[in-house]
Amino acid sequence: MKLLLLLAVVVLAALPWFVGSYLITVMIFIFFYAYLGQAWNIVGGYAGQLSAGHAAFVGIGGYAAALLSAHAGLSPWLGMWIGGGLAALLGAVIGYLGFRFGLRGFYFVLLTVAFAEICRVIALNVDAVGGALGLYITFTGNPRQFQFQDNRAYYYVALALMLGATAAVRAIETHRFGAYLTAIRQDESACEALGIDTLRVKMQAMVLSSFLTGVGGTFYAFYLFSLQPNAVFGIPLSVEIIIRPIVGGAGTVMGPILGSFILSPLAEISRSYFAQGGWNGLHLIVYGVLLIAVVLFLPQGAYPALRRLLRGRPA
Amino acid sequence: MSLLDVSGLTKRFGGLLAVGSLDLSMAKGEMLGLIGPNGAGKTTVFNLLSGFLSPDEGEIRFDGRNVVGLKPHQICRLGMARTFQIVRPFPQLSVVDNVKVAALARHPAMAHALESARAVVERVGLGARAGALAGGLTLADRKRLELARALATEPSLLLLDEVMAGLNATEIEAMVRLVTTINAGGISVLLIEHNMRAVMALSHRIVVLSFGEKISSGTPREVAADRRVIEAYLGEEYVHPPQA
Repeated sequence: MKLLLLLAVVVLAALPWFVGSYLITVMIFIFFYAYLGQAWNIVGGYAGQLSAGHAAFVGIGGYAAALLSAHAGLSPWLGMWIGGGLAALLGAVIGYLGFRFGLRGFYFVLLTVAFAEICRVIALNVDAVGGALGLYITFTGNPRQFQFQDNRAYYYVALALMLGATAAVRAIETHRFGAYLTAIRQDESACEALGIDTLRVKMQAMVLSSFLTGVGGTFYAFYLFSLQPNAVFGIPLSVEIIIRPIVGGAGTVMGPILGSFILSPLAEISRSYFAQGGWNGLHLIVYGVLLIAVVLFLPQGAYPALRRLLRGRPA
Repeated sequence: MSLLDVSGLTKRFGGLLAVGSLDLSMAKGEMLGLIGPNGAGKTTVFNLLSGFLSPDEGEIRFDGRNVVGLKPHQICRLGMARTFQIVRPFPQLSVVDNVKVAALARHPAMAHALESARAVVERVGLGARAGALAGGLTLADRKRLELARALATEPSLLLLDEVMAGLNATEIEAMVRLVTTINAGGISVLLIEHNMRAVMALSHRIVVLSFGEKISSGTPREVAADRRVIEAYLGEEYVHPPQA
């Protein structure tokens, strides 16, 4: 298994030298959404706290890095950590309100959506951050400014983000923190009775998850060169973040990656083909159908099912 | 020195007095039975002791410390562990992983926690089921698992909420033996139990609650002969049976 993973990493590292630029772009989206999914996985998958407003953290991180770069001349390589820190701060506020006052299930979902919407409305209406026009980043192609002439550089940054987050989640899973998260997902009262400070553990998960998501915001901003409030703070992006780990297997290390490899190409292909045929938005219907299929047939996601399949038939 | 000292403990739910100025004291190593008809307030007492509810009045001293206002996880770490009447295993985890989560409270390193969990699982007689998912266990095994998790937090006082309920005669016998061994190992036990045979056999002393108030206490023999207890359980006419 370890050898297989190593092989996969080597193949992914070599890939951009053998394929065309379109495929590289698709791979960048796969990695980036796998990274965001992995960040969400910590609080949404392992701890079972369904945040449906993770776009807020992408937006905060992206805006922070872009504004700091434009107005203070701060390199996004530093700005990304500040953006992550601000996202973590917002995550701490949302988490404390939700966890301290016992908002569970749908109520926590609504709380997270509400905060993302607040961010969106603020970004839309405050001219100092670009207002409804959004923020545009001037292309300089300077690597110090997180800008690259060669798409392959973005490819490697996205790959590093995905692998880094995955290594972090793997480390969480094999330590006490991960065992506590998994237990909290299943029964919080039992956890309290067993000496687990559930509020503290959930807060740690939320802060870590929002921090990583915020860091991703910098990549989003400096890869697309624009930040639109409706796009970065909107519900559709939150859904994009959540759907991959759920389809791939929430609360598993490989789930978000597998989910992204299934969904991102599908989204990309259907988006380009359907849009060409004048069927804008049809890819959302494909998402819906796929989500229903997963809930009905693979309620734990694709990765656990795949693992069962591989174990069930000894080689 | 007493391990647990409860004085004037009171809890109301709206107009209902669930527990009324209860005094309770336990010595180290003691096994105390808490009995009473349904709705007497026994589980409320457990919830108050373990921090799941906060009392309206009264004091709870555990090991010389006032624990009123502490969170359940803090009380657990002080050495008071409880089980739930309706068992709450982590259904998607194996038996040993369930216990490991509890053991992590004392052994932060996973390897140590696992080692400790295996030992506890053996001790409660679940060794053969260690790898099974908790969601698929029989009720008797789930009760054992509930007990095993509480034990794995290495308590000095164990609160057992109806660990015999729903078990058949053979299973009850095994559970009585298990609880006896645990107590003999130095862990004090406070026991809520409806199975009279079990509670009479196990308890050093018994406290009887009815409508939230303590109506009797003493050795099992004394309590069984107390007319107030018979009245509470069966009604007044059984205290003075009509002459034939």
